[in-house]
Amino acid sequence: MKSFSIGGIHAPENKLTADKATVTGALPSQAVVLLNQHLGAPATPVVAKGETVKTGQIIAKASGMISACIHAPVSGKVLKIDECVDASGYKKPAIYIVREGDEWMEDIDRTDTFVDRFDWTPEQIREKIAAAGITGMGGAGFPTHVKLSPPPGKKAEVLIVNAVECEPYLTADHRLMLEKGREIVMGLRLLMKGVGVTRGIIAIENNKKDAIAYMKSLVSADMGIEVVALKVKYPQGGEKQLIDAAIGRQVPSGALPVDVGAIVQNVATVFAAYEAVQKNKPLIERIITVTGKTLSAPGNFWMRLGTSMQEVMDMAGGLPEDAGKIIGGGPMMGKPLVSLTVPMTKGSSGLLVLPNLEAPRKEIRNCIRCAKCVDACPMGLEPYLFMTLTQHEEWDKLEKERIMDCIECGCCTFSCPSTRPLLDYLRIGKQKVGGIIRARNQKKVG
Amino acid sequence: MGNKFFVSLAPHIHGGDSIEKKMYGVLIALLPALAVSVYVFGVGALVVTGISVLSCVLFEYVLQRFVLKVQPTVTDGSAILTGLLLAFNLPSNLPFWIILIGAMAAIGIGKMSFGGLGNNPFNPAIVGRVFLLISFPSQMTTWPNAFERSYVDASTGATPLDMVKNHFGDLPSFSELLMGQSGGSLGELGALALLLGGLFMLYRGIITWHIPVVILLTAFVSAFCFSLLAPESFYAYQTGSSLGNALAYAGFHLVSGGMMLGAFFMATDYVTSPMTPRGQLLYAFGIGLITILIRVFGAYPEGMSFAIFLMNGVTPLINTYIKPKRFGEVRK
Repeated sequence: MKSFSIGGIHAPENKLTADKATVTGALPSQAVVLLNQHLGAPATPVVAKGETVKTGQIIAKASGMISACIHAPVSGKVLKIDECVDASGYKKPAIYIVREGDEWMEDIDRTDTFVDRFDWTPEQIREKIAAAGITGMGGAGFPTHVKLSPPPGKKAEVLIVNAVECEPYLTADHRLMLEKGREIVMGLRLLMKGVGVTRGIIAIENNKKDAIAYMKSLVSADMGIEVVALKVKYPQGGEKQLIDAAIGRQVPSGALPVDVGAIVQNVATVFAAYEAVQKNKPLIERIITVTGKTLSAPGNFWMRLGTSMQEVMDMAGGLPEDAGKIIGGGPMMGKPLVSLTVPMTKGSSGLLVLPNLEAPRKEIRNCIRCAKCVDACPMGLEPYLFMTLTQHEEWDKLEKERIMDCIECGCCTFSCPSTRPLLDYLRIGKQKVGGIIRARNQKKVG
Repeated sequence: MGNKFFVSLAPHIHGGDSIEKKMYGVLIALLPALAVSVYVFGVGALVVTGISVLSCVLFEYVLQRFVLKVQPTVTDGSAILTGLLLAFNLPSNLPFWIILIGAMAAIGIGKMSFGGLGNNPFNPAIVGRVFLLISFPSQMTTWPNAFERSYVDASTGATPLDMVKNHFGDLPSFSELLMGQSGGSLGELGALALLLGGLFMLYRGIITWHIPVVILLTAFVSAFCFSLLAPESFYAYQTGSSLGNALAYAGFHLVSGGMMLGAFFMATDYVTSPMTPRGQLLYAFGIGLITILIRVFGAYPEGMSFAIFLMNGVTPLINTYIKPKRFGEVRK
């Protein structure tokens, strides 16, 4: 079975909620809609304090080349445009909406009827996706319509759907495939048309055999779509790793996936694209896996964006008493949350609670130079060296050793027998070196 | 806001590996070989091993507690391992005070003076062994014969490597060498038991194949070539043809002396071996070749520890210049 070629780890899967069908969550009393749920420039508000909005109404417009529109996830009154602490722990601008009922925009089709209309032009598809504010829903949150328009001179050959869900615990994508498989295939066909490729791949890790079988039953050869089962290995869902695993091409350092002819879209993004094109529905809700070994009712929930994590947690029976650490996302790359007041965003795929016993880090011990971090690194880098060089502030050497290639997957820290915080230092090093490179480029331009 | 949570960056889970798991894993892998040496050398093996392990642990504890004034880490198993590996490099009748000096050299000079576990450039057990070999050449090269199970008054004799180098004596058969029925240091006998331990470590992921396989392969090929080039000078067993003699000579080198111990247990020491698979291949090639060069042309019949010692010294250089295969390095 195929997988990526360098490094990687096997973490306990802990997919506790794989057989829990999705439940539509309660509507929040107040939605806090962050203006920067995507990579790039924050959206610009187009509503004012006191204004009444309907569910699905645009409330902030994309600003600049790389940005995305944002829509009201609930109907009600705009309370204020203020700041809110997000998952990063920093205050970010957000629109607060006090919910009144749930009155949707009239042009949105809210039924479950499957629509297979296929007479859209590629431009129409891309426009509808941009208008719906769709971004990558796996993690980074790159605006989808930007990805669908490769820079001039670059041609995509294949669209790969990332349905790997390699993070332990998370099952949102797994459930989505089982419950919305037809829509996903339709969404993929629309995206393929939108970007002008004839080949599509749905890549799924082999721990989701039911989803693989179901998706295979939905595709046929004339669609140009192939369902590929991949060997379970983290971080297979990393964009570069997935391309390597699915089509055997390695994206060179500093290059884009489209340079090897590939575009990758998360499976939830593909579903959102279907809804945007066929149902006229903007991205205002998603599935989030709420999980943890000590939760009373872990599960997968359709939640409106802007719902506070407290209300999301309540869907799964509330916060357990022994909660030691709360993570927005999965255990390998998720963000630690300071409190449950953080609102849901387009990229919120999971809410994980680790019990007190598993929460604290272990004592840092001497590096025994066992090279487990080197073996684990999926980018072929030397994390132990990065840590030392960062400690010694050797920024030039860090750049030469290609620290900017690091994808922050956490395999090094996970593998270290001396429980050294390798990735913490790598992030510091990356930030410094990244700053130096940007400054140098600006100087060249100026 | 009554809740207080741990807040630290990803990853939030750990694989559960630890220094102890690695060190005690190696110790378990050494048990079959220890059993063979106790069977062959009896009390002598037990006494030498006991003194070596205890003194290594004691020296580490005392140095950390009273001299460096840090939290002692003797429970991590690395000092026990150094002690056992040092014992495996000693004859079973070595006077106890020499063992103490060896342990002091291994832990004190080899390990603690550099900052303890992880910082030593040379394998501590090899530092101890080389130190003793140079300081006490006669005691270190007088080995009890096989099945001399006493510590104090064992009859001594030449090792198989000695016999082959200087063309004398009754060489043990190949199968006797495999099973450990020969004279030598504690860990120089029982190639099969050592191999078993090595396979266990490979299976448990404690070591990778790169270092042991390449050392054994390089040693075999180079010994084979030397014997083929000068059949009358280099042979172990007479087989009737120069090709057969060369094969037997090369095979003999793999199962005699410290070859198996070195390839699987000493050269694979995490701290002193290179960090990348490519670097490990070069390092292992160097060890295999130097060992045979010393055995064939050098003054000592055995060259394993010197070879590892030398290549330990080259390791930082290898780490500087040999990098892992980067993702996306080869463009199609």
